[in-house]
Amino acid sequence: MSEQNNHSTVENTTTGLNHRKLLMWAFLGSDCMFFASLIATYLVYRGKSVTGPEPIDLFSIPVTSVSTFVLLMSSMSMVLAYAALTKGNLKVFRVWMLSTAIMGMTFLGFQVFEFRDFTVNHVKIGCEENNAKYTELENKFSSQQKSDYKKQCSEGKKEADIEFGMTPRTNLFGTTFFVLTGFHGAHVTLGVIWLLSLFFYSFKRGAVSADRHLDVDLAALYWHFVDIVWIVIFTVVYLFGVYEGF
Amino acid sequence: MINEETANHPTPKTYVSTALILSVLTAIEVGIFYITSLGYWMIPILAILSIGKFALVVMVYMHLKYETKLFTIFFLSGLFLATAVVFALMFLFKSF
Repeated sequence: MSEQNNHSTVENTTTGLNHRKLLMWAFLGSDCMFFASLIATYLVYRGKSVTGPEPIDLFSIPVTSVSTFVLLMSSMSMVLAYAALTKGNLKVFRVWMLSTAIMGMTFLGFQVFEFRDFTVNHVKIGCEENNAKYTELENKFSSQQKSDYKKQCSEGKKEADIEFGMTPRTNLFGTTFFVLTGFHGAHVTLGVIWLLSLFFYSFKRGAVSADRHLDVDLAALYWHFVDIVWIVIFTVVYLFGVYEGF
Repeated sequence: MINEETANHPTPKTYVSTALILSVLTAIEVGIFYITSLGYWMIPILAILSIGKFALVVMVYMHLKYETKLFTIFFLSGLFLATAVVFALMFLFKSF
């Protein structure tokens, strides 16, 4: 059986299965462990930062819910692209494939926006005595932020503007959060490049066809995997992160 | 054109229905998050919803439900080890 003709049920291999697909499932299993180690590190160091900000000071659940929805819908369009290809409908395949890549890029756009928003985050705190917001944030402020607040208030301002952003070097939450979501973003970026490559490759006659559907099937498996990883990250990092009882 | 390997895969209608279910589950997750009266119940509810979404994508979109058991074994072995690693590290560092 030729390697090109990969649609038959029995392959001429030791397992009787296509080994490219078997290898992809083995890779996805191992990638589960990769992300698990990052999620575990995030959870272990959760709440152990010496200074702020903390998840509740930065996360915007409505914004992240929209980006989660976009990624979920991209999984649907990916599987519809694959279904169209297996039926030999190349035009519909291209439409869904391009939609998937665009939704992947939209998700990345949300992530860039979010990362930048976290980095440049500021808080405005009134200068009156026993300000409730200051009392709430005092324990999360570094000595530099506390002295900034006192300095600005001593200058006669009614409200102090304190830099309360987060980079990977700010605290343990910043380090573990950016490493985890950054690696996920890198996976999505790789997926988008893969999808766009298949989209452009499909214009070459016979390069992408129903007979060669496995090439798209492997890309689809990878794409759905980044989706399921995000399902876990959204719940564990974002929803549990902001919920004070966790 | 229908090939043998994909003949037992779901129809596009099933894929769209699954997307609708996933959207509804996400909306419920976000909605539940704002119901503060749930207290600690929120954690298992959100975890179950998340596992449900995970399983739907793996079974329907990744076709694991319709494929050979060996693929399931390969993937679930990694997933099981991954989950064990998370809980082991959390117990080790007393993060519960």
